[in-house]
Amino acid sequence: MTAQTDDELWSAIADPSRRQVLDLLVSNGEVSASWLAGRVPFTRQAVSKHLVVLERAGLISRRKQGREVLYQVQADRLDQAARAMAELAAQWDRRLAMIKRLAEAAHAEDKKRNRHDG
Amino acid sequence: MPGLVIHREVLIEAPVAVVWRTITEPDQMSQWFADRLELVIEPGAHGYMEFGDQGGPVVVETVDPPTRFSFRWNYPSGEEPVPGNSMLVEFTLTPEGDERTRLRIVESGHELRDWPDTEKQRYADEHREGWVEFTDRLATLLAKR
Repeated sequence: MTAQTDDELWSAIADPSRRQVLDLLVSNGEVSASWLAGRVPFTRQAVSKHLVVLERAGLISRRKQGREVLYQVQADRLDQAARAMAELAAQWDRRLAMIKRLAEAAHAEDKKRNRHDG
Repeated sequence: MPGLVIHREVLIEAPVAVVWRTITEPDQMSQWFADRLELVIEPGAHGYMEFGDQGGPVVVETVDPPTRFSFRWNYPSGEEPVPGNSMLVEFTLTPEGDERTRLRIVESGHELRDWPDTEKQRYADEHREGWVEFTDRLATLLAKR
């Protein structure tokens, strides 16, 4: 994933209202914007705006059925996002483990030196 | 804080001053972080970090020895890092007795500058779940469907 896609993805997921919309789509499969609007504490216009951002980030797709437009989650993309974020967390775990090792070794060294000096 | 991404922590068997040196001295930083870095640990200082064949600018934000250190990175080159276009990495060191330190790191970003403050506050209040947990949970739900 490029840095640019990461940016779009993360800012899409960062918004709590969009997370609510995503949550509903994951739990309910394919639904319309008005169905969603009936289940969130914000306006139909806001729902439409959030759907546009989520679609641009590749997290959802739309399909026309008769007069209705139905939205659903793109499982691959969401999975990719989950893995990218888990990797970020794992990276920090590795760095913290290294900091721990370095600091503990430095501390042991300090103590040894103090014993010799004292 | 809105847009929270990652928080991690570790308990280290060393005094807070030793941990502070490990995370802020450039020759130490190159052992656990960037392969090469040019950085002065002063608030507002601009520096550069290299990871393998990739690199990028970094700006130091808070230097409050021996408990708080933060910097911003991952912002578009040529721009100044601000909330909204960069990631903020914050280290917090908490002494637990004389020989132990709890080190906590939070990496956050995309604070969405255009949010009204009330909305930000609401999000901060409601923010029980990090992005990692959120996406992970959704992906798990999907896999089961």
